[in-house]
Amino acid sequence: MSTALTRDFAVVGGGLVGAAIAVGLARVGLKPLVLDGEDLDMRASRANFALVWVQGKGVGAPHYALWSKASAELWPSFAGDLFENTGIDVRLRQTGGFSFALSRDELDHLREDLETIESETKRASPPYEVLSHNETKERLPELGREVVGSIYSPADGDVNSLRLLRALHIAMQRAGIDYRSRHLIDKIEPVNGAFRLTGRWGSVTVQRVVLAAGIDNQRLSPMVGLSTPLRSSKGQILVTEKCAPFLPFASGTIRQADEGGVMIGDSEETNATTVAEHTDVATVLARRAIKTFPLLADVNVIRTWAGFRVDTVDGLPIYEQSAQFPGAYVVTSHSAVTLAAGHALSLAPQIARGSLSGDFDPFRSGRFHVRQAA
Amino acid sequence: MFARLHEIADPVIFTFDGVSIRAERGQTLATALLAGGVDVFRWSVVGGVPRAPYCLMGVCFDCLVTVDGVQNRQSCLIEVRQGMDVRSQAGGRQVNTAGVR
Amino acid sequence: MSQHRIQEIWDFRSPYDIAVVGAGPAGLAAATLAAEAGARVVLFDENAAPGGQIYRGVTRNSRQTAGFLGTDYWAGQALAESFSRSSSDYAAKCTVWSIEAPGRLDEAELGVSQNGVARLVRARSVLIASGAMERPMPVTGWTLPGVMTAGAAQIALKSGGLVPSGRVILAGCGPLLYLLASQLLAAKADVVAVLDTAEPRRSVKALTKLPSFLFSPYIWKGLSLLAKVRRNAQVVSGVTSLSIAGDSRAEGVRYLARGRQVEIRADCVLLHQGVIPSINLANASGCSIGWNERRRAFEAKVDGLGRSSLQGVYIAGDGAFIGGARHAAISGRIAALSVLGDLGMMAGDAVARQHAPLLREAHYHLRGRDFLDILYEPSKQFRAPVDASVIVCRCEEVSARTVRETTALGVPGPNQLKTFVRCGMGPCQGRMCAQTVSEIMADERGTTPGAIGTYRLRSPVKPLTLGELASLPSTPEALLFVTGESKETT
Repeated sequence: MSTALTRDFAVVGGGLVGAAIAVGLARVGLKPLVLDGEDLDMRASRANFALVWVQGKGVGAPHYALWSKASAELWPSFAGDLFENTGIDVRLRQTGGFSFALSRDELDHLREDLETIESETKRASPPYEVLSHNETKERLPELGREVVGSIYSPADGDVNSLRLLRALHIAMQRAGIDYRSRHLIDKIEPVNGAFRLTGRWGSVTVQRVVLAAGIDNQRLSPMVGLSTPLRSSKGQILVTEKCAPFLPFASGTIRQADEGGVMIGDSEETNATTVAEHTDVATVLARRAIKTFPLLADVNVIRTWAGFRVDTVDGLPIYEQSAQFPGAYVVTSHSAVTLAAGHALSLAPQIARGSLSGDFDPFRSGRFHVRQAA
Repeated sequence: MFARLHEIADPVIFTFDGVSIRAERGQTLATALLAGGVDVFRWSVVGGVPRAPYCLMGVCFDCLVTVDGVQNRQSCLIEVRQGMDVRSQAGGRQVNTAGVR
Repeated sequence: MSQHRIQEIWDFRSPYDIAVVGAGPAGLAAATLAAEAGARVVLFDENAAPGGQIYRGVTRNSRQTAGFLGTDYWAGQALAESFSRSSSDYAAKCTVWSIEAPGRLDEAELGVSQNGVARLVRARSVLIASGAMERPMPVTGWTLPGVMTAGAAQIALKSGGLVPSGRVILAGCGPLLYLLASQLLAAKADVVAVLDTAEPRRSVKALTKLPSFLFSPYIWKGLSLLAKVRRNAQVVSGVTSLSIAGDSRAEGVRYLARGRQVEIRADCVLLHQGVIPSINLANASGCSIGWNERRRAFEAKVDGLGRSSLQGVYIAGDGAFIGGARHAAISGRIAALSVLGDLGMMAGDAVARQHAPLLREAHYHLRGRDFLDILYEPSKQFRAPVDASVIVCRCEEVSARTVRETTALGVPGPNQLKTFVRCGMGPCQGRMCAQTVSEIMADERGTTPGAIGTYRLRSPVKPLTLGELASLPSTPEALLFVTGESKETT
């Protein structure tokens, strides 16, 4: 890329967050330049659990509970748009989701969280049911004896998240968006109200920039007067061979993709130094999956996957325009699948207009500094 | 498909989709099936098209069959045994539903 | 001393000094040398008997009934016999599905399965001798029953005394194609044609490497094979396009040679365009992988003495780079000596003293390889298929068109492409498509597969059931990572 290049808008990151925002910007007539990293960068967009999930999200943060719910409600029209634009059906399935509990304690924790969210949102959070073992088994006949109960919420569901990422990229291509992979950014310099982005590939000057680089936002945001404090969180999942359909609902720990493969999650390591998969973690995941659905014991595992979550210190997203350098935005979210519809249809138009609505105020990174001061 | 250079010296008998096949003890199930005149081992998972062994050395996963009720076994890596119940497969794994366990 | 055969999964006498994966020439030679030097050795192999692919069935076949296999084949007998006299543990019909290099744990940990039961085995070092596989040759119809690799036909010949019946066509390039043709002819198969897809002009390029080839052990072997096949079958050179016809099985071949379109009826089509290292296990273990332009293959990076990029993990034989069976056995010994030295089980000067003659011998066996590599480099259209409908990924049935269109989206590399279109996500774990995907992406972008890269693989490299995985020991730490509690609650 020539060094003299200038553009109106750049999105840094081509994962689910960056691509959804780019597609959302294109819907309102903008054509951002999208700069993406390398093939083997930490890409949470390729290692997620593909849930469109509201249940249990936002304990102590009702704004997040409601934002998740709003995005889940936008999903049908978002999926419809994508299909119309790209011919790709991302297999949105909002038939409800279960959280399975393998002990009384687990069920109590799950219920307490939902009760808290319910009262903190003044009953605006989606409905849910607390089900006994027998009640759960009535809906899921393959359920194992060791499942003591479950939570069911009709608002939850899943998509084919790999097809989602592909559809977003095809939508970018159809919208004439200039997408450039292997364009890692070394530095961003605010220059006369604009931003110069530089990497080994050259540099480009843009009027506005959205940082949607996942884990790399931690490094990039201070360059535009913002901050993205992340905590290290590694997750591992198992993937099985394709099976005939047996699980028509999503769940936080086991889901069957539309192609037939079963995904089994997940773990959280906060002190991991490498992204390597570990057999002992896989073993615990396998045991719990078999307890939940005993028929899985005979099914072959064909892949394990580990990845680092894009997880902020308090687990909530960051949405913010830089006060010091207006025109620079940061978008950091762990739930890029659930929130994809919100990012494309609600957030992106506000970024295009030049300011975020007050609804996004609680998501500013200032909250971390307040906490540190207290 | 394949012809034997020698008469079977130490025979075992197994079945494929219910039909009896004679084979040489110690040979792999995949070669026993090929020598027994089987040309389609399975129908593929995605497209439902016929498949048979391609590599015979454990790499391609096209020789998958169900052996004594165990699905998706690489027939090129297991030895044929007397009385084996071998079945062709159509599509992906069938799960043992309806609370049998 | 005598060999301890692992019949049941709990027979392992873990921990070992060296775990060797693969019972081909490299693995057999390495295990034998290490065991004779006093190391505690275990050798894992997927097959029922030692020999790997090249010496498959060598302990079971006899020269009287299988003389057509040729004298080179019987060289495997001595290797297998020495191994069986060694003190090495031998786990046949046992699959290694993961290797964790020493690091997090003091020793390496191997996930293995035998007879449907899984176990973790510890060893101070791991020597991967996973051998070679045939370079995929994606042409229209290559997924039809009746189409196999030439190597598959050779395996059938070696292990079961089976020859393809009906009209047989061999297509592709490389010495193995002619070796197999001569073996099949000797076994009275009806070989109707050998379709050679090598570019005729390559022989001119290869001539620059001729002087070394003239001194190589291959030359007379190669020339006499060629002459023998030409006497007994139709050999068509300069084949530039090939497809296999048939609805539910191969019925014929259509090819283009020197501007002439020809169709022939066939019952069995055997494809071959050289061999490439089997890198899945090394790749999933985290070993660095690099592209070898001369050999047009991805290889695990090893130093000259068998060490991979990971401490405690060694790679020998064709699994490191293609050198043939004789070379593989020598490289197995070289790597085994490196292991012994690194473990402190043999003095450094003793290792160096024994390395020296082996390195000379290895060099001798590599002579002339350059000539062969250039002469038999597969033509581009058979590495990166131009026909859009050709299936690239046999498991997920992804076409060349899809791979090319997805490349045009600007994806950063094959791993992103893989997740977009599921290419390489099936049970074979990309073994059958990795090479082709990188070749197609390189073709689209006007660069080399080396610049494109290849899949980063994950364990398990071979499927195992969730039940097997669940039966393994776990750790309180792992439980904490999954449940947030370090003890199982009930």
